[in-house]
Amino acid sequence: MKDAATRFGYSVNKDRQIDFDNNSHDIALRVAAAEPTLNLCISCGTCAATCTAAKFADFSLRKIILLVKRGEVGGLEMEASRCMLCGKCQLACPRGVSTRNLILQINKALQTSKL
Amino acid sequence: MKNKHVAVIGAGPAGLEASSLLVSMGYAVTLIEKEEESGGHLKRWHQLFPNRKAGSEVLAILQNQLNGSASIEFNKEITSVKPFSGKFIISTSDGWVTHADSVLMTTGFDLFDARKKEEYGYGIYDQVITSADLEEMFKTEDSLKIRLGQQPKRFGFVHCVGSRDEKAGNIYCSKVCCVTAVKQAIEVKELFPDAEVYCFYMDLRMFGRHYEELYKEAQEKYNIQFIRGRLSEASENKYGGVIVKVEDTLLGKPLKITVDMLVLMTGMVAPLVTSRIRDLLGLTKDEDGFLAPSDIHLSANICEIPGLFMAGACSGPKTIGDTLADARSAAVAVDKYFKN
Ligand SMILES: Cc1cc2nc3c(=O)[nH]c(=O)nc-3n(C[C@H](O)[C@H](O)[C@H](O)COP(=O)(O)OP(=O)(O)OC[C@H]3O[C@@H](n4cnc5c(N)ncnc54)[C@H](O)[C@@H]3O)c2cc1C
Ligand code: SF4
Ligand code: SF4
Ligand code: SF4
Repeated sequence: MKDAATRFGYSVNKDRQIDFDNNSHDIALRVAAAEPTLNLCISCGTCAATCTAAKFADFSLRKIILLVKRGEVGGLEMEASRCMLCGKCQLACPRGVSTRNLILQINKALQTSKL
Repeated sequence: MKNKHVAVIGAGPAGLEASSLLVSMGYAVTLIEKEEESGGHLKRWHQLFPNRKAGSEVLAILQNQLNGSASIEFNKEITSVKPFSGKFIISTSDGWVTHADSVLMTTGFDLFDARKKEEYGYGIYDQVITSADLEEMFKTEDSLKIRLGQQPKRFGFVHCVGSRDEKAGNIYCSKVCCVTAVKQAIEVKELFPDAEVYCFYMDLRMFGRHYEELYKEAQEKYNIQFIRGRLSEASENKYGGVIVKVEDTLLGKPLKITVDMLVLMTGMVAPLVTSRIRDLLGLTKDEDGFLAPSDIHLSANICEIPGLFMAGACSGPKTIGDTLADARSAAVAVDKYFKN
């Protein structure tokens, strides 16, 4: 019985689904308040394409922005801290997202939410 | 030349605009409409994208410029158009008949019947409505507030309902619904500033002038969120909320969210009766069902039958601006036909 349950995907592991209703949207609200250009992102990926850090590590600003917006912030801190704040992405972003400050604010919000 | 008689079938924006132009060129025009009033779909729209002009204002201008100069026949659904020794016989199924030297088809589009996408719950769940229903609700100030109570928390807009969907029989894009969703999302936020609004889309097609700006305004000023993914299904929870499932394709993860109201952006389809007329006439059958002009670049209002013309959404999805320009171009084509 137990065997069948796990094999058919009814296990107790957290599934991959984004549970938007139950996720906390506190980080997204705080980041948007501190850096309103969060809302301007169109997920084009230019920032990640130009990013120096992304060449060496699993890090994409585009993805981080989306994860923040969806409230999928568990374990995000490590990834978000990989930014070197070089500011290259800010020159490239077509929507005028203030990317550098955005990452600073995301890092700040993630850190204070732990306290 | 100038005593020629043109029958214009369908008194929507295309029919109204083409008729007034043909009249000003000196032709005798009979405008034939199946409903009891003119205006077509425009009479249902509260405010128009991209500039939020009142639909009623645009309609009044189109109606006034005609102002009695063409005869209008209401409550007559044309089911047959036949060429007959250089003229056309135009008739309804209940025996009304008229003749004309030329026919302009301006029969527009039908809204996709959202009940066909059963998995989205239209006609099953109370809080699943269509974009056309929402326009109706905007028209009467309080109807949305009464329906939802004062504090709805979340709205969802589903793009491409019945469009870009071969399962629904339509491979094409209906063109106007992306920007309509953005416009309606803004209007909802104005009515309920504390509500969250989500658009579920496959691609955002902001093709027209000022559309991208409207999209940016929706993000910047109204905090409307866009989630890329096509709805798999909607279901109701025990509190009357609608549970929506999509894949957030930009994150590669399934996503579940509950909304208080789900708005389906239904697309345009070719009216069945128009297709029947097309088949009776033996005109080219385009896969999408809309009337096929001889050439989409050079002769968008002409088909293989001399004297038969088309304008507006009956030859494919169009905005009102597109439709009116197309109608004027059709009037010029009719004029050219008689002068040759
Ligand atoms: C939800 C939605 C919102 C929209 N909002 C906007 C907007 O904000 N701005 C914008 O630019 N565009 C908008 N549009 C597009 C707009 O509605 C069309 O561009 C316009 O209605 C096309 O005009 P038409 O005259 O070609 O067709 P229609 O408006 O469909 O008019 C066709 C007319 O022909 C009549 N008819 C049909 N068949 C027959 C027959 N056999 N015999 C007699 N009469 C017949 C119909 O009753 C109707 O009166 C929207 C579309 C949708 C679906
Ligand atoms: S500022 Fe950070 S995210 Fe932007 S390019 Fe530099 S390292 Fe990458
Ligand atoms: S470049 Fe700008 S708009 Fe594009 S994904 Fe990055 S932040 Fe978003
Ligand atoms: S305009 Fe947008 S919503 Fe409408 S069919 Fe095209 S892509 Fe889909």
